[in-house]
Amino acid sequence: MKPLDDELEIELEIERYELFADPLYNFTFNRRQFLKVFSGGIALLVPMSNLLVASAQQEQGESGRGRFDQRVPNEIGAWIHIDEAGTVSVFTGKVELGQNIRTSLAQAVAEELHVSIESVRMVMADTDLTPFDAGTFGSRSIPFMAPQLRKAAAAARETLVALAADQLKVAPAEVRIVNARFVNHDASKSLSFADVAKGRKLVKAIPADVTITAVKDWTIAGKSVPKVGARDFVTGKHEYTSDMKRPGMLFGRVVRAAAMNSTLVSADTKAAEAISGVTVVRDGDFIGLAAPDPQTLARAEKAIAVHWKAPGQTSAAQLFEQLKRESSPGRGGARPVGSIADGMAQADKKLSQAYTVAYIAHAPLEPRAAVAEWKDNKLTVWTGTQRPFGVRSELAEAFRIPEENVRVIVPDTGSGYGGKHSGECAIEAARIARASGKPVKLVWTREEEFKWAYFRPAGVIEVSSGVKNDGTVTAWEFHNFNSGASAIQSKYAFPNQNIQFHNSQSPLRQGSYRGLAATANHFAREVHMDELAQLVGMDAVAFRLKNTQDQRLKAVLEAAAQAFGWGAKRPAGRGAGIACGFEKGSYVATAAEVSVDPKTKKVKLERVVASFECGAIVNPVHLHNQVEGAVVQAIGGALFETIDFQNGEILTAKFSRYRVPRFSDVPPIEIVLLDRKDSPSAGAGETPIVGLAPAVSTAIFEATGQRLRSLPLVPNLS
Amino acid sequence: MANITSLNVNGRKLPVSVDSQTSLLTVLRDYLNLTGAKYGCGEGQCGACTVLVDGQMTRSCVTQAGKVAGKQISTIEGLEKDGQLHPLQQAFIEADALQCGYCTSGMIMSGVALLKKNPKPSRAEIVKHMDRNMCRCGTYLRIVKAIEIASGTAKEVRK
Ligand code: FES
Ligand code: FES
Repeated sequence: MKPLDDELEIELEIERYELFADPLYNFTFNRRQFLKVFSGGIALLVPMSNLLVASAQQEQGESGRGRFDQRVPNEIGAWIHIDEAGTVSVFTGKVELGQNIRTSLAQAVAEELHVSIESVRMVMADTDLTPFDAGTFGSRSIPFMAPQLRKAAAAARETLVALAADQLKVAPAEVRIVNARFVNHDASKSLSFADVAKGRKLVKAIPADVTITAVKDWTIAGKSVPKVGARDFVTGKHEYTSDMKRPGMLFGRVVRAAAMNSTLVSADTKAAEAISGVTVVRDGDFIGLAAPDPQTLARAEKAIAVHWKAPGQTSAAQLFEQLKRESSPGRGGARPVGSIADGMAQADKKLSQAYTVAYIAHAPLEPRAAVAEWKDNKLTVWTGTQRPFGVRSELAEAFRIPEENVRVIVPDTGSGYGGKHSGECAIEAARIARASGKPVKLVWTREEEFKWAYFRPAGVIEVSSGVKNDGTVTAWEFHNFNSGASAIQSKYAFPNQNIQFHNSQSPLRQGSYRGLAATANHFAREVHMDELAQLVGMDAVAFRLKNTQDQRLKAVLEAAAQAFGWGAKRPAGRGAGIACGFEKGSYVATAAEVSVDPKTKKVKLERVVASFECGAIVNPVHLHNQVEGAVVQAIGGALFETIDFQNGEILTAKFSRYRVPRFSDVPPIEIVLLDRKDSPSAGAGETPIVGLAPAVSTAIFEATGQRLRSLPLVPNLS
Repeated sequence: MANITSLNVNGRKLPVSVDSQTSLLTVLRDYLNLTGAKYGCGEGQCGACTVLVDGQMTRSCVTQAGKVAGKQISTIEGLEKDGQLHPLQQAFIEADALQCGYCTSGMIMSGVALLKKNPKPSRAEIVKHMDRNMCRCGTYLRIVKAIEIASGTAKEVRK
């Protein structure tokens, strides 16, 4: 069986660093359970196997139809339900964190059912109601889930039309859906969805022969529709986890040490316990508090005296040396191709350089939050996570209760970017709630979010290469220490290559981040390519074109170069750079222009052009926004974001010490979308982030003559 | 410690008994159940908690409740009038200026404060005024567009 993960390339190290990683297989939402939730009406099921087949095809870049299981499947990935009142609901374990999947999936279903988007109810990420889902990450939601739901909706429509025709005593071909009613040819007779669904108990898997609306005939999908529920967001009504309130709810806090890996020496909690209404939980090194209101909570926290002991730990200054020293060959990388020695022997020029990337934080604007409530031995937790089922497992394990006794519900969440895979806050809230006997809300502070979540891995990347004077790269040796193997392979045709990923001992807790290590690997590779181009005196675009045969890579690169006006003369103090790449089925090229103030060394991003191609375009506006959002987020990691730490303490645990992109950092961004109708749609949430950093490094080089090989760039400019 | 007994929020006098040093954000969210203003940093850096105090853009997380007792406080909850969205709220929807939406209420309140004193801001003025509001989802360019739509200075609306 194929691993259900965001990385399906078998040769590569699967990038999962979350400390509580649990099995990705958990097909517990079987037929029997579905029938328990299903009360009546009509349901169309998406078998889990369809999603797996689709996902495997996606990775191989094939299109075409999968095998479809005719029977009611045992493992269900999603379903559409038309209940007896005629309400259309879609059940999926996916999570909405700002990627607007709630809207995109509703659009796809509305389209096929011929109903308005408002009449589709999306039931998402509730472990009691929705089928198992490994998590919302890896740009998989749109490519894999949307086409399957589309098929299910089309099948539901066909079923409903047949039933309506029967009731209306006309031929199915005569029945159309108009304003959510089934009408006959002259509209003299009609039925509502409820009329047709009433009294039915019909469950089907997607039949093999269902046809879906061709992209050119889409009337709802592919159009800009406002975010579903947008009104609730702009009026402040939407309830994030951190906004929730349950009857009798207490406010929780966790008492923490300053440094990681601290152990508790002593704690005096008597004074806090004496405050009326306050619960203090002590369990090993865990100290939690709960109080009926924030003021009492603050008083209780002040009344606690704790002593911690911390071991000596690696500081930022020793980081890169440690990552290299403590490394072991990983399973990443691939079998070497050709011979590096031969390639070097053919080369006219050689180059060896090392590149580094810092730890950075996701810093989602909504910090981790959870509301936990126990009833008897059953636990319900509302929390913002990208892996509701994973967090359910963590909770079951932490409290030694069966998973059936745990329900995790994810309200639409204040973003994640790969940073909310784990369930720390949920477990802590549940622990405090268990002790206090009341529901407890725990909202991490910004400082906690910086200190106790996890980071994008730091890494060292060493590249040695050889190049002929005509621009042909003859040898390519590439070693990544710690940051990960995503996109460690490229679309360049290097005849001799040895590309390896090396695991290492990370002093900080690290995990997924938008794009994973694709950013680090593209940074090293593309800056190195620019250095090689310079070495042989070739133009950066021409040099890349010479070293690849991949038509799609060439197309994005040329599109970006053209839109940018590559090769134009720039005034002194300005510079431009370009970079390109491929990851998760999509291609990107990014060109950037910067100005550097000769006195203050202030770097200003003047403009960015990003060209992007991810197969057939489903929704151009949505895609534009995702590419733009990724470019904006990339500015931080490229220019100034970095986690500083010393002896187990995070020194940059506030926004006043950790600079993220702001309005004034964002230049005009031109986005060129290439539509490839012949290729399946890939996700777009991640890949567009990878091109900016190398392009900006090169632009700074052109403006100042300084080649910056470490991310973030700005602090390294002298 | 001194307590306050009420706050004027969205034109209504709401009774509340809290220590006057409690942050306005905490009082709004946890005592008055007005959760539209968000916590993002607690140090005046992100703007998620923005409200208006006597029409002035104010970071409620670093404002003590005692300092604003008796003043007029406006929050996102009070912006919609008789079921009509404020033009800037409408413009945010139109310009697709939100992804996760967590920064949105703070962005809108900051934008409202700007449009009050400068109904036709230039792009540079928008950026300068909004620069203390963070959006981690990277919607900045669309927020600028939304403010331009609301102020009537938008050139074209992307559809
Ligand atoms: S929460 Fe007030 S400025 Fe961030
Ligand atoms: S929309 Fe997510 S932080 Fe702005």
